[in-house]
Amino acid sequence: MSERSKLLAGFGLLVVLVAGGLGYIFTRPTWTDAELVTLKTLWIGSLPPLAPDPSNQYGDDPAAAEFGKALFFDTRFSSNEEVACATCHLPEKGFQDGLPLAQGVGTTNRRTMPIAGTAYSPWMFWDGRKDSQWSQALGPLENPVEHGGSRTFYAHLIDENYRTEYEAIFGELPDLSDRSRFPEAAGPVADESAWAAWEAMSPADRETVNQIFVNMGKAIAAYERQIMPTASRFDIYVQAALEDDTQTMNATLSAEEVEGLRLFIGPANCTRCHNGSLFTDNSFHNTGVPTVESLPEDTGRAQGAQDVLADEFNCLSAYSDAEPNECNELNFMLAEGEELERAFKAPSLRNVTTRAPFMHAGQFTTLQTALNHYNTAPASPAGHNELEPLNLSETQLNAIISFLYTLNSEITAP
Amino acid sequence: MQNKTLKTILTIALTVVITIIAFIVLMPMFGPSFMHTLMAGRMHNGMNGMHGDSAAPSGLDYATERTTDNGTFKVSYTTENAIAINQMHTWVLHVETADGQPVEDATVTVDGGMPQHGHGLPTAPQVTEYLGNGDYLVEGMKFQMGGWWEVKFNISAGDLTDTITFNLTLEG
Ligand SMILES: [Cu+2]
Repeated sequence: MSERSKLLAGFGLLVVLVAGGLGYIFTRPTWTDAELVTLKTLWIGSLPPLAPDPSNQYGDDPAAAEFGKALFFDTRFSSNEEVACATCHLPEKGFQDGLPLAQGVGTTNRRTMPIAGTAYSPWMFWDGRKDSQWSQALGPLENPVEHGGSRTFYAHLIDENYRTEYEAIFGELPDLSDRSRFPEAAGPVADESAWAAWEAMSPADRETVNQIFVNMGKAIAAYERQIMPTASRFDIYVQAALEDDTQTMNATLSAEEVEGLRLFIGPANCTRCHNGSLFTDNSFHNTGVPTVESLPEDTGRAQGAQDVLADEFNCLSAYSDAEPNECNELNFMLAEGEELERAFKAPSLRNVTTRAPFMHAGQFTTLQTALNHYNTAPASPAGHNELEPLNLSETQLNAIISFLYTLNSEITAP
Repeated sequence: MQNKTLKTILTIALTVVITIIAFIVLMPMFGPSFMHTLMAGRMHNGMNGMHGDSAAPSGLDYATERTTDNGTFKVSYTTENAIAINQMHTWVLHVETADGQPVEDATVTVDGGMPQHGHGLPTAPQVTEYLGNGDYLVEGMKFQMGGWWEVKFNISAGDLTDTITFNLTLEG
């Protein structure tokens, strides 16, 4: 072999090595060990099995879930007989309505929240004013602009339409036929005559009605508990990354989606709030979201924390099945401080691209607007905006949006 | 002769270039996992998950056993090996005097937060029980994101009061 051909052979080998190396880099996105740890925490496979809700002894009773499902879709449970839970929480829209403000018998001041995965959350509503799915479900029933009814009204409906189902789960339904003791409409609601009728009832009769009302909530919660997101393209990708299966990784996410994911867990700081398998810390954050002119002042968690402490149906109440030491989220809840001012719950980002408009009053109509907001981090209308400007480029923001689409998946419900 | 020298120089130069190119090209393949052990340094609580987000300042003391700010007490804490994000958990705080006697009837308050993010703890943890031997049960601890956290205790016993700040870095 001549010197020349040796040199050529060496050069050829070099070219092959460099090309191979470059090819490797461009075909395989590399994640650091730390990034892989983060990816694993976001993976749906890391979601622990759902623990029982100690405050709801019927939470995992299939008969209760079936009864709860019937109630969830029954429009008779409203003042105009047109509104059910499913009116705002539409299964075909990921259990939300796509509207800036929820429309019940009237219009509310907040956007409908999605349900999937909320069984894992210690707090319900944008301000966390409820601490269980069952106590949450009772709120809209007595809200004048949502279902607009009262608890004796609902107790009579159960009596007339669901006696068998109710008694199979909760035992004998008390006799409610005496309308002088159990008026058609009575409850601690905005309607003055219903309020007065409630005040006029004996404490024992009110207790009877409360128990039926609470059981309705516990049945609805037994149904809602099972509404869960399933594995998305992102989850398939992470599983492949954990198994070092480059082929599946490349087949699952595009380069732009991977870049968006890299930004999401890195420089864009998204995982400060949107962390864990459900992409939410279920906690409250002031992100400087603008006010809506036509709506009353909204202090968010600052008010919600006080409301849940005072809630007659909270975890520590007589209607909860939990022991006091099983209510530690409430026992050790942060109840005061500037951070609660205009702080709202971080929703799950699974299926987020299907849930425009965004924020607690639908302030942002597109993901672009929402991400631009996070990118510039303007001062909050009240309290302190937790965010700092990200200064990401248009291309980078678009990559994050592309990535968010990889979180879409079917939602399972019984 | 001259030809051979030229060849040698060329070969050396080429080798250097090859090495540099190969290093640059191959670095991303083995870099992260290779460099991790070198750069991670001391493992605090067995965790180091910072990336992208502002890294914790260097030189923080991650010890779980510390002397309070004015040297009044020796304090240590024990908790879960790997603290999971968003999971409420307990700590046991051990308090002893500077000369090693367990402190029996201290009043302990808990505070903390993320200095780089300007927010406090997401919960209001409390000491709920004295376990004996200078040990105090802290309930309601929770961290809602990865990164550098401070947990501060204010300890009062008799006429003595002192404070201590523990640092920890959580992955996530
Ligand atoms: Cu933080």
